[in-house]
Amino acid sequence: MFIEQLQHHDSVMHNISRRGFLKTLGIAGSGLVLGVTLPSFSPAYAAESGNGEMNLFVSIDESGEVNIICHRSEMGQGIRTSLPQVLADELQADWERVNVVQGLANASYGSQNTDGSRSVRHFYQTMREMGASARTMLEQAAAEKWGVPVEEVKAIDHKVVHQSGKSLGFGELAAAASKLTPPDVASLVFKNKQDFKYIGKGLTIVDMHDIQTGKTQFGQDVHMEGMLYASIVRAPVVGANVLSFDKDAALKTPGVADVVAMPERSFPVGFNSLPGVAVLASNTWSAQQAAKKLSIEWTQHENQSHDSGAFLATLQERVKSKGKVQRSVGDAYAELDKAENTVQASYSVPYLAHATMEPPAATAVFKDGQMEIWACTQTPQSTQNTVAQVLGLEPSQVKVNVTLLGGGFGRKSKPDFSVEAAILAKHSGKPVKVVWSRENDIQHGYYHAISAQHYQAGLNDKGQVSSWIQRSAFPSIGWTFSGNTNEPQSWELSLGFGDVPFQLPHLSCESHEATAHARIGWIRSVCNIQHAFALGSFVDEVAVAADKSTPQMWLELIGEDANIDPGQQGFEFSNYGETLERFPLDTKRLKHCLNEVIAKSGADKPTAANEAWGVSVHRSFVSYVAVAAKVKVDNNKVTVLEMHSAIDAGTVVNPDRVKSQQEGSMIFGLSIALLGEISFKEGKVQQSNYHDYQVLRMNQCPEIYTHIIDSDAVPGGVGEPGTPPVAAAVANAIYHASGKRIRDLPVKNHMQV
Amino acid sequence: MITFTLNGKPTKVEAEPEMPLLWVIRDLLNMTGTKYGCGLGVCGACTVHMDGQPIRACATPVSVIAGKSVTTIEGLSKDASHPVQQAWAEHNVPQCGYCQSGQMMSAAALLASNNDPSDSDIDNYMQGNLCRCGTYPRIKAAIKTAAKFVEVK
Repeated sequence: MFIEQLQHHDSVMHNISRRGFLKTLGIAGSGLVLGVTLPSFSPAYAAESGNGEMNLFVSIDESGEVNIICHRSEMGQGIRTSLPQVLADELQADWERVNVVQGLANASYGSQNTDGSRSVRHFYQTMREMGASARTMLEQAAAEKWGVPVEEVKAIDHKVVHQSGKSLGFGELAAAASKLTPPDVASLVFKNKQDFKYIGKGLTIVDMHDIQTGKTQFGQDVHMEGMLYASIVRAPVVGANVLSFDKDAALKTPGVADVVAMPERSFPVGFNSLPGVAVLASNTWSAQQAAKKLSIEWTQHENQSHDSGAFLATLQERVKSKGKVQRSVGDAYAELDKAENTVQASYSVPYLAHATMEPPAATAVFKDGQMEIWACTQTPQSTQNTVAQVLGLEPSQVKVNVTLLGGGFGRKSKPDFSVEAAILAKHSGKPVKVVWSRENDIQHGYYHAISAQHYQAGLNDKGQVSSWIQRSAFPSIGWTFSGNTNEPQSWELSLGFGDVPFQLPHLSCESHEATAHARIGWIRSVCNIQHAFALGSFVDEVAVAADKSTPQMWLELIGEDANIDPGQQGFEFSNYGETLERFPLDTKRLKHCLNEVIAKSGADKPTAANEAWGVSVHRSFVSYVAVAAKVKVDNNKVTVLEMHSAIDAGTVVNPDRVKSQQEGSMIFGLSIALLGEISFKEGKVQQSNYHDYQVLRMNQCPEIYTHIIDSDAVPGGVGEPGTPPVAAAVANAIYHASGKRIRDLPVKNHMQV
Repeated sequence: MITFTLNGKPTKVEAEPEMPLLWVIRDLLNMTGTKYGCGLGVCGACTVHMDGQPIRACATPVSVIAGKSVTTIEGLSKDASHPVQQAWAEHNVPQCGYCQSGQMMSAAALLASNNDPSDSDIDNYMQGNLCRCGTYPRIKAAIKTAAKFVEVK
C-alpha cells in the first residue's frame, strides 16, 4: 500500500561475502560485500533466513570495481544516482569506478515500493552506514597488512593511504577486508559535511549515456527470442466481464498466434488483471490490428450508470452540509454565526490519469515451474506477490527484474500489467510481452479520485479569521483493495486536509461519503492535489474578503512558530508514515518557504494590468514547498509566464536532481491545473489519447525557477511536494489578473489555455 | 519486401506495407531506441529522420520509406557526439529518458534548418514532443547550447 509505516531504525551491518549471496543478486566475483539488516527483524543473513532483512549492500571486487545495488525503481527521479552517490561518498570511492546494479524483487531489502517520496528519506542514513562500514573494513585490512595501527591509515580516493605515504588500492584490499567482521554501526565515524565529495553535488545521472544513444531498456523495450506480443481489450466498465467475442476474425489476421480470454474478475479489483480478451501475435502491430476485430460483448454492471458530471454534482451538494468530523477544536459553527463577515466556496478536481510517456508493459516467461518477469514496475515485490497469488505459485517461484521506467507517477506501482503477462506466458508456454497502448493506458488506469471540497470561514471586524470549517469528499483508494470502502480514509485525509497547518481556536475538518465506480489509485502527491488546490484557493479568497495580501493571510492563519500535532485535535494523522518527533509539522519552515518564494520571485511587486502573481504553500511528504506563479490573461486566454518554487526538503543529496524534480513536479501540477480531466459516461472513460487527455506542451511551459532552502535537517520527500501548491497559485494568479475565480479544475473548461 | 537505408546501412524487411515504421524498427529489427508513446503522431516519442526530415514513425506506413534513408537515435552520431546529444548531457536534460530519443531527433532536425532559433521558434518546433517528466525548460536551454555547434546544411 501507499503509506507503509516503515519507521526509521538504526541498522546493523553484516559481512556476507562468504554467504553465496551474490549469485542470487546478479553480481559475480569475490570481495567485500556488506549487507544491512534492520534490527526489528532477526539479524540473520538473508541466505540463511527467509525473513532476514537485507536492505542494501555494496560489493568491491578485486579489480577495485565497486558495485552498488539500487533496490529502488528509477523513473526519472535520479535514484540510481542519488543513493549510490551517498554510499560512494562515505566509502571514499572514485565515482568513475562505481557501477550501479538494479536490485531484483527481494523482500530482504525491506520495502522496494518506490512511491511516497521516500527513497532518500528512508535510505540516506543506511547508505552512509554502508559506505562508512566498508571504508572502515578496508582501512583495517590495510593496517593489518602493513602491521600498523589503524589510526595511521586513511581511505581516500579509492585507496587506503598510510601516513608514511604508501598505499593500497581498494581492489588489493577487497579480499582481506571481506574476511573481517564488520564494525558496530555505533562505532562508525562519518564524514563531516564540509568533507562531502559527492553528497550535495549535482552528479550527472548514471544512465545519461544510454539515454543519449537510445540504449536504455524500458519495460516496453524488452525483447526475447521467440517472444509473442500481446494486445488486450479490457472491459470498458469496471465490474463487467466478457460475454462473447469473435475469436476467428482475430485469428485470421496475419501474424496472430492465439486469442485468449482473460480470467473473469469481481471485487475488490486490487492489483489483479482486468477481464478481457488478449491477442498474441508475432509483433505489436499485428496484435493491435487483430484486437480491433474481436467484437466483444460485455456483461452488464451497475457501474455502467456512472456519469462523472452527475456524480460530481452529488458530491458538491453533499459537502455543503456538515459531515463526519475528523478534527475539531472549539466550536466553529457557533463562531461562524457570530462572525462579522463570512466567506464560503466549493472546489472540485476531476478524475486524473497518470499518462506516463511509457505506457505499462511487462514481459514474462514461464519455464520449469518458474515465472520470470521483466517490468517497468515501481514495486517489484508487489509484482512478485500478486503474480504468485493469482497464478497459485510461491513468491520464490516468481523472479522480477526491474527495467527503467518511462515515468511512474504511481501508475506503475500497480502490477496488474505484470499479472496479465504472467497469465499469458503460463498459457502459451512462450515469452509474452504485454504492450499497453496509449488508449489502454488512458482508459484502464487507476485514477486519481474525483473530489469536491467546501470551505467556510468567519471573520471578525478586524478581518481576522475566527472560525474555519472545511469538508472533503472523494472515492477512496481503500475501495480498490476492499471493494466496499465508501468514504475517505484518515491516511488520505492526512494528505493536506486534516493536517491543515493552522493554529485557530475554532476549527472543524469533516469528510463525506463517496462510492467508487472505477479503479481508484494514487497519482503524484495523491490527495494533496485536491486539498492543496482548495485550501490554497480559499486562503486567497479569504484574503480578498479581509482586504489583505494572500501571504499576510497565510501567515496569520499559520500563526506563531510551532510544531503542530493535529492528533491533539482528534485527527488520526499518519504523517507520511513518520513520527512527529522525527518529522514535525513545523510552521516555521512552512512560513520560511512562503517568505522565500516571494522574496526570490518578486511576487509582491507590481505587474502590468492584465498580469498578476498568485501564491500558495503546502507541506507534503514531510517537505515544505511554496509556489509563486505569474500569469497573463488576454481575452479570456491564460498564459503562465513564470513559476517559482522554494523547497525545504531538509538535507539534499543531489541538488540538480532536486531542482529537476521541482521543475517536473511543477509542470505536472500545471498540467493538472490547466488541462487534466478524465470523465466517465455510461461507466466508460471518455478520453483515449493525448489529443483529448492533454498534458502540458513546451509552448505552454513557463520559465521555471527553483530555490532550494539550505538545511541540515533529516532528508524529506522530493518527488511529489512540488505538485500540490501549483494549481492554487495559478488559479489565484488568474483571479488577480482577471477577476475570474476558477474553483473547478481544469482551467481549460473555463478559459483558453 | 521493403528496402531502405537505416542509419547508413542497406536494410530489407518483410512487412505488411501498412505496418507503421515504428513497429518495423522496434519489433522486426529489434532496435528499441525509438519509442512508442501514442500511435497517433501526437506525442513525438517515435520521431526519426527520413531523408533528413523529422517524421513520426508511429504514423508512417513502412511502404512510405521504401528507397529512403532513415536515421534513428542510434544513428544520430557515433558515441553521442552530435551537438544535441552533448548539450543534453551538459544541461542534465533527461529525467526518465523515455521521450528523449524523440526530443533529440526533433531538436537535431530543428537545428539542421535553423541554427539560431528563438524561444518561439523552439516552442513551435518542439510542441509536438511531449515530456511528462517536465524537462521542457532544460530542453530549451540545451537546444540553445547545441545551436552554437551546429552547421546549417
